[in-house]
Amino acid sequence: MILEPVSILPGLRNSPASMNWQLAKRQKALWTRAKIVQGIRKSFIDRGYLEVETPQRIPAPAPESHIDAIPANGWFLHTSPELCMKRLLAAGYERIFQICHCWREGERGNRHIPEFTLLEWYRIRTDYWGLMEETESLIQSVVRAIGLTDRIVYQGKEINLAGPWQRIAVREAFSRYAHISMAEALELDRFDELMVQDIEPQLGIERPTFIYDYPAVRSSLARLRQDDPSVAERFELYIGGLELANGFSELTDAKEQRARFLHEEAYRRSLGKRPYPLPEKFLTELEIMPPSAGIALGIDRLVMLLLDAASIDEVVAFTTEEL
Amino acid sequence: MYTVSDLRKGLTIIIDNEPYIVTSFEFVKPGKGQALYRTRLRNMVNGTMIDRTYRSGDTLEPASLDQRSMQFLYKEDDNYYFMDNQTFEQTSISEEALGDAKNYLIDNLTVDVLLFRDKPIGVNVPNFVNLRVTKTQPWAKGDTSGADSKPVTVETGYMLRVPPFVEEGDLITIDTRTGEYITRVKE
Repeated sequence: MILEPVSILPGLRNSPASMNWQLAKRQKALWTRAKIVQGIRKSFIDRGYLEVETPQRIPAPAPESHIDAIPANGWFLHTSPELCMKRLLAAGYERIFQICHCWREGERGNRHIPEFTLLEWYRIRTDYWGLMEETESLIQSVVRAIGLTDRIVYQGKEINLAGPWQRIAVREAFSRYAHISMAEALELDRFDELMVQDIEPQLGIERPTFIYDYPAVRSSLARLRQDDPSVAERFELYIGGLELANGFSELTDAKEQRARFLHEEAYRRSLGKRPYPLPEKFLTELEIMPPSAGIALGIDRLVMLLLDAASIDEVVAFTTEEL
Repeated sequence: MYTVSDLRKGLTIIIDNEPYIVTSFEFVKPGKGQALYRTRLRNMVNGTMIDRTYRSGDTLEPASLDQRSMQFLYKEDDNYYFMDNQTFEQTSISEEALGDAKNYLIDNLTVDVLLFRDKPIGVNVPNFVNLRVTKTQPWAKGDTSGADSKPVTVETGYMLRVPPFVEEGDLITIDTRTGEYITRVKE
């Protein structure tokens, strides 16, 4: 059922002076947010996906260089439901999705909040190209479900959501926008800086952009390209300069995955970060996981885009600071 | 030493022997990449703006500024005059050096004036100030356009958006760190 927003504002006019205006003024945004989530859920159910809920407190997060999990009573709050969902793929589930809260320590800014909402979905017998197409039609159907047209405006930029969306390799984006090669950027440890400063603002400007084939070293859970093992079959979706989703063809080689985890974990520890145990059950079951692909899409960011919000604070019921 | 997690608007640090104040601060983190802290800083002595990007692990040198409690007296041309509450000496600060703080200065407000090597270079205003609304558009009867806020001007000339129920003459509380409306004050 799609809920209709009621007229809330006349009541606000006579509201008591003590009312928390920061919370009150978001009511319209939260109605839209709810419609977006309902639209997403319906789209997956219509396409035969099973909605799952996996535990949010887990013993062993995937070690990733730049993502930190928050400790919770000896275990950790998950930074994404990835490992549990892949264990379901290995157990014979073919199409699954989840909408859940995730936590990442220290991430706070206009586009980040330490507790945020992710949509994650997985499908067997497909790869990252298949996921790009699926993402495109998912977002188009959600946009229609909330009554918008294909032409939206985000922060003054007009974007046409009608397909096909732009696809550009990371390597090409570097030579086009950063004027330095991807290999050189990695060598100089300037990959992230140039990505943020020179490349991201150019992505998804007139139409959405998939930027794909990330350096292998930046993709610890993704499969490498057979014809070019220096890059992984991983992509990100940008619309209006806003990073919305990260997806990839899953690495299914358990030995290779263990080696990459050990490498990431060694890097984490060298920076003095909290050590994680290795996710042994995941690594064992990965051996029988079928070829598949999965993607995480930030719900808060999608709501920001469709509401033309500059800050994530405008689209959540409470920010961390308001608790 | 400060670390990057101390970075926020209004933080004062030393770069190349000169005091700078953080005027805008943005946390960015490209997919699976490292966190970067992009800042815009204002030189507190000469007003020049610079951009700096910091990474996790970077440290920043705190600017040790003296603070003296002073009363705001009046504004003349582009200068704001203050009186030291203890010595009754008067001093002035330029509008440029005051930055956003000028939006909250009403006569007789007591503020902390910041001094760098005995030279006044800025002020700290309280986190919350009450200011009176001097100009607003009256709510049009039957307006169902759904605008959930409207612009008003307060007594210092500062403009901001407030809920539709706020009227001319109302006293409102503003958060000086964000410049945003917080609540209407009951009188």
